Amino acid sequence: MASWRCLGLARGVGASILFREAAALGGLKWKRTGMATATAAGAPRVTSCLHSAASSARREARPAATRVMTKESGGGAVTTTEYEAVIGIETHVQLGTTTKAFCSCPSQYGSEPNANVCPVCMGLPGALPVLNEVVVESGVKLGLALQADIALKSKFDRKQYFYPDLPKGYQISQFDIPIAEKGFIDVDLPVEFGGGHRRFGVTRVHMEEDAGKLIHAGNDRLSGSSSSQVDLNRAGVPLLEVVSEPEMRTGLEAAEYAAELQRMVRYLGISNGNMQEGSMRCDVNISIRPMGREQFGTKVEIKNMNSFSAMQKAIEFEIDRQIALLEEGDKIKQETRLWEEGSQRTISMRSKEGLADYRYFPEPDLPEVILSQEYIDTTRANLPELPDAKRRRYESLGLSMQDTLVLANDVDVAAFFDEVLAKGADVKQAANWIMGDMAAHLKNIKMTITEAKLTPASLAELISLIKDGTISGKIAKEILPELIEKGGSAKEAVESKGLSQISDTATIESMVDKILADNMKQVEAYRGGKTKLQGFFVGQAMKASGGRVNPGLLNKILMAKLNG
Amino acid sequence: MLHSRPMWARKVGPSALTQPQVFHAANLPVVLHQRATRNGSTQCSAAPSSAAAVCESSVQQRPTSVIRKIRESLVSGEKSAVEITEAYLANLREREPHVRSFLHVSEKALQDAQELDKRIAGGEEVGPLAGVPLGVKDNLCTRDMPSTGGSQILRGYCPPFDATAVAKLRSSGAILVGKTNMDEFGMGSSTEGSAYQVTANPWDLSRIPGGSSGGSAAAVAAGQCAGALGSDTGGSIRQPASFCGVVGLKPSYGRVSRFGLMAYASSLDVVGCFGTSVMDAAILLEAVAGADKNDSTCSPQDVPDYTSNLLPIDGLGSRPLAGIKFGIITETVGDGVDEDVLLAVRQAAAHLESLGASVREVAMPNFSLGLPAYYVLATSEASSNLARYDGVRYGPRAHGEEVMSMYGNSRAQGFGPEVKRRILMGTYALSAGYYDAFYKKAQQVRTVIQRDFKNALQEVDLLLSPVAPTAAYKIGEKVNDPLAMYVGDLMTVNVNLAGLPALVVPCGLAKGGTCGLPVGLQMIGPAFGEESLLRLGHIFEQTLPMSFSAPTLVA
Repeated sequence: MASWRCLGLARGVGASILFREAAALGGLKWKRTGMATATAAGAPRVTSCLHSAASSARREARPAATRVMTKESGGGAVTTTEYEAVIGIETHVQLGTTTKAFCSCPSQYGSEPNANVCPVCMGLPGALPVLNEVVVESGVKLGLALQADIALKSKFDRKQYFYPDLPKGYQISQFDIPIAEKGFIDVDLPVEFGGGHRRFGVTRVHMEEDAGKLIHAGNDRLSGSSSSQVDLNRAGVPLLEVVSEPEMRTGLEAAEYAAELQRMVRYLGISNGNMQEGSMRCDVNISIRPMGREQFGTKVEIKNMNSFSAMQKAIEFEIDRQIALLEEGDKIKQETRLWEEGSQRTISMRSKEGLADYRYFPEPDLPEVILSQEYIDTTRANLPELPDAKRRRYESLGLSMQDTLVLANDVDVAAFFDEVLAKGADVKQAANWIMGDMAAHLKNIKMTITEAKLTPASLAELISLIKDGTISGKIAKEILPELIEKGGSAKEAVESKGLSQISDTATIESMVDKILADNMKQVEAYRGGKTKLQGFFVGQAMKASGGRVNPGLLNKILMAKLNG
Repeated sequence: MLHSRPMWARKVGPSALTQPQVFHAANLPVVLHQRATRNGSTQCSAAPSSAAAVCESSVQQRPTSVIRKIRESLVSGEKSAVEITEAYLANLREREPHVRSFLHVSEKALQDAQELDKRIAGGEEVGPLAGVPLGVKDNLCTRDMPSTGGSQILRGYCPPFDATAVAKLRSSGAILVGKTNMDEFGMGSSTEGSAYQVTANPWDLSRIPGGSSGGSAAAVAAGQCAGALGSDTGGSIRQPASFCGVVGLKPSYGRVSRFGLMAYASSLDVVGCFGTSVMDAAILLEAVAGADKNDSTCSPQDVPDYTSNLLPIDGLGSRPLAGIKFGIITETVGDGVDEDVLLAVRQAAAHLESLGASVREVAMPNFSLGLPAYYVLATSEASSNLARYDGVRYGPRAHGEEVMSMYGNSRAQGFGPEVKRRILMGTYALSAGYYDAFYKKAQQVRTVIQRDFKNALQEVDLLLSPVAPTAAYKIGEKVNDPLAMYVGDLMTVNVNLAGLPALVVPCGLAKGGTCGLPVGLQMIGPAFGEESLLRLGHIFEQTLPMSFSAPTLVA
């Protein structure tokens, strides 16, 4: 657990939005402290090129939180109150099913408004829901991945409220018997934040349907807009709602929890987990309390964060806001707030004074969901390797935690890496090529690893060509872009271009002899003490051979001849 | 035990009546020959009579299958579908000003009939309901006719799809003549809850036809259509069948798809049918029953051949019910039940005994818990099911300064008082802090009722009870007393709570009207026991020495 007592480590990154002047707070002075963070130096080599929100959004280094209030009393003595944040997350994961949860409409994103609708998802009189079994399968998969208890008998309930994007006036959801309960997520914190492992409890996973979308004219919200239009394409799209225990204490932990959940759903292949498109939406509940107090403070819900970094920043902003309120003697209002990316702050959306009564009751249009133990066992046996297991395996292969985190971050990258290893490539070499040159070139040409023409077998071949001395690393770097863009065998590329390395001693000797003969002046100078000219001779040899000469052998022969 | 009263003065044995022509293959698709004539076929009695108003009860005639007669005349070429449809439509229009059973009369019924005639002429196979003019309750979606559920909030609403039951009727060859009146969204027992009109009882135009499927029952009783679909959530088929003197069948929950039925209380709603004979009810059930991929609560159980066991009565001998055990539910024949109703039910029991059956009383001590439990569960589900009527996507939208007032105004203007009352009750019952005391408790009662029925039906083959405490009452009599109206559902709601099938067959007359008022006998069977329910109901009906034609109306 993050310590809230790690005072004195402040190197205040991003302090501008966090730091409050004492004057503004009327005699109260408080400041945030935090640990310094590595940025460029320790940062992973792979960034946004690998098509992952998790990796692309390199979170700004805003360290494990210590929030200290310093209260100046009259005599100059200082008392401090330390606060602890309590954070829980409700995540909606939109499932990547072909059809919607309760009808056969396509559930794809990005169609013309109201193109994917039918009597069922429009809530027409007389229409009835029919459960898509893939939704149950996805719920079971995620539940198993979270090591949760799967309900052999669960049911659907109606959650009732009025809103124009909710065609039936109720959402089909699960109330008291969710498909999965009591799981957890194991997280490896990023190395640049000090690393470490955390386990966060998952209270439940339940199946439900999404609502439609409103498009407003004249305002960005329903109230105050001159007119609003309803697009029901999303209505009825299946969701899994994953509710965490309130066990996170910092924005970083929360973001890492969410990132790991995203990896899980991607590994399981049940969702694309895309936060920008809203395929994965996190609502964060935050409250603060003085250190040591057991009772929770008043919680505030934050919505509208479409990246993990936004989530982390929103949480940090919110913690500061709440501390400031308490220190000013104000009360924290139970409300829903929106994260505004532009202004980097949260704004009030609606107050939740009267607790909403959703009048849940069992959905009479759907029978209970009854699963056999056999079904669960089979599903469990067919689960893919999950991110945490993959990371532990990569570590056991001797990879650094940094490399492990980068490679396992993206399911496609990990799959590619695993296939390269399966072709017999060296672990470290494979990791370096994938995270280094390959990632860099993919980023340049805006391609994802699955779109690359380079096959894992070809990369493995490339690596073995270097290892057996057929080509130098430099040559390999030169031919890699073409392999990525056009594909083909690495060996053939090397052969067809005549790029194989010259490792024949006699050939190199005669080449060196010629160079020395052609450059007598430099030879004289070298022998006179200008040993820096070694590089000149190497350059000449590389030039003469088109870079193909084996650098090790060249050096050895050159030295022998120059010094001999 | 029962008072074994003397039966009707004129005891009529089964063989004393002439058996009308019956085609046993009528429910199977057959190739129809062009204008083939069939010697000896009886005149199509489906053609409505416009004879002067008289009580015809003196003319004892065993109920016959109107559907089979229509089919026979169609198959034989004696009549065309157009002729049959025209005759019914003429009768419908003639009687409609008095009965007001239809909210919408199809403009394409004749066109459908013409197409059917063409298909027959082309030698095509047609379904078991070929050419049969049927009415459809207005809460069943029809793609070619408005479907309002009797509510203002769906005024002018035309669904883009047919309810599964409607689609099945069409594919069986039926001609849908119109949409029948009903209490708004099925909430009511008299059709006085319709937003559009009150239907009159063809037996006495000053009386209600019952409800909520009052339009369907009255239309069949008045000969405006040969049969009709209704829906039954707490008695909405059985009570109007009893009041209008027709046969009403409420199938087991899950026997008929609810897809396209505007939901009132999803866990109780059932689509069922009306006919003038048990045979017709059986033919209609067979047409609409069966699994539906669009309704997850619809049973995948095979649909039995309901009609082949409904044999002509002549061959059954004098004690066709020997060995069959009936149980009258004690709690339904006690205080508060009209004397005439009790008399009719006891006479029916005596008649069953005379056919060889044993009849005894079966006590169901928890019976009276059903009514309050029903009103909690039905209103709870209704409050949710009716949330979709919000003025956003369909139906009239009232003006509002912002969205919540638009909702409020649309619903205030769109819903009638009974619907509002039930939404309020249901919302209350589901609210935080009340759920356990109301909804949950009612579900527990439901389990008790189900168990009691199961136990009772292990002791007897069928349970018997009246359908309602009285015969049809006067229009306006209970309209301002919702509780009195609710009490009228006492004998029917438990069957819905238990999901069982029940058949109502006319069994006697109570005082009132010019020719008396019909009283029905409710026969309740085990879940998915429609086959024997219909068979026993058929024997009862065919041997009963009395028939129930509504008096012919006079303009």
